[in-house]
Amino acid sequence: MTGDDGKHLPLEDLHLAAGARFGAFAGWSMPLTYPAGVMKEHLHSREHAGLFDISHMKLFEVSGPGAVALLDRACPLDAGALEISQSKYTFFLDDHAGILDDLIVTRLGDARFMVVANAGNAAADEKHIRALAADFDVKVDALDRVFLAIQGPDAWAILSRAGIETGTLLFMHGVEPRENWFMSRSGYTGEDGFEIGLPEADARDLVARLLQDERAQWIGLAARDSLRLEAGLCLHGQDITPQTDPASAGLMWAIPKEVRAAGRFIGADALRAIVEKGPAQKRVGLKPEGRQPVRAGAVLVDADGRPAGHVTSGGFGPSAAHPVAMGYVITALAKPGTKLFADVRGTKIPVDVASLPFTPHRYRKG
Amino acid sequence: MAKTYFTADHEWLRVENGVATVGITDYAQEQLGDLVFVELPESGRKVAKGDTAVVVESVKAASDVYAPVDGEITDTNGALSADPSLVNSAATSDGWLWKMKLADEGQLAGLMDEAAYKAHIG
Repeated sequence: MTGDDGKHLPLEDLHLAAGARFGAFAGWSMPLTYPAGVMKEHLHSREHAGLFDISHMKLFEVSGPGAVALLDRACPLDAGALEISQSKYTFFLDDHAGILDDLIVTRLGDARFMVVANAGNAAADEKHIRALAADFDVKVDALDRVFLAIQGPDAWAILSRAGIETGTLLFMHGVEPRENWFMSRSGYTGEDGFEIGLPEADARDLVARLLQDERAQWIGLAARDSLRLEAGLCLHGQDITPQTDPASAGLMWAIPKEVRAAGRFIGADALRAIVEKGPAQKRVGLKPEGRQPVRAGAVLVDADGRPAGHVTSGGFGPSAAHPVAMGYVITALAKPGTKLFADVRGTKIPVDVASLPFTPHRYRKG
Repeated sequence: MAKTYFTADHEWLRVENGVATVGITDYAQEQLGDLVFVELPESGRKVAKGDTAVVVESVKAASDVYAPVDGEITDTNGALSADPSLVNSAATSDGWLWKMKLADEGQLAGLMDEAAYKAHIG
């Protein structure tokens, strides 16, 4: 049944009809699994395509003459260097370079951008960017949209059959194919795929057409989590938080070199200091030996029993066919192949530091 | 003649000659989702009612399975090490978890029969 509290998805009736089991996530009642179950849902997404309702995430449109300057201040970004339709993975940082949220920013026009934020941080993000916007000639609109993701190797073909051509759109690019629609080639599974924000009535029509194709199936939040974990992608609130910074998290690739050196974004000085000194800990992949999963919160020790770090996400990888995890370890122990131990209910489970992702990304880059 | 009992925590016990075979119900496995690992106890371990006897791990989470009565664990289902999904596909037969020698058969009186359990899960 639906959760007792929390916000409800506009398409909740469709999920109920599809037999979803619901649970609370980031203040929302979300479909966790459908009758196929997390294992089959996960594998189906990698083999064909998964349809995800991600309407708990929030879209903001930032527009006006000061849009570039606002985003350059709010994010470690060179917004003016983005081409029209280009997307960039970036962050809101605090003064200590702590990660307030991770975001995707897409340039829609010369002075118009789409910002996609995480559900759990949406309200704080909106407050944050509105406060910053006061200093710029810019307008911030929180959009009322259903947000769908279709992820997997058949995603483009299913969209094409439903009358939506994606041919020239490459990974990390976004366009507005129809009025009040935003469609980007992006996602959080490691697969090729698309995210589409659109009005509810259009969404109902699109979902009906997509699900006529048996290659498309509803996929719940449980498989979304195992897919993103195998793909080595961070979940804000677990793998990245205001207590972690982009250098420790291994996410400096998201910050252009010139921005690292000369950017005036919030947290710039703190981040430069961290980079100069070298982060004390680093985010790594962790591959437990055997079949027993190692979960978030598990303490890691080295071969001599000394504290080594902790696990931030962990579970079983249905495609990898073994348990998968990630976490933070002290920098000296961050090299792939390093042998560590995770404490699981008093038992020391051997884990290897592993390179990420556990399943190769299959993005359509050109 | 074996008799089957159920607990409010969604376990079943099949009792024969003072030994109970214990597993989780079909309802429970459905709630947990696909299991990927079952942590089994050592044979010979004495457990009291309410102790964690087994931990079942799904893709997403770990859940405790409690000893429904007092007793001593005499056997565990080794087949689950290779194939934990037996609990999903055959919760009340091949997916059994452990066997235990009952310390006090009187405790069985506090458990449910199948009709009462069905009413319990509604």
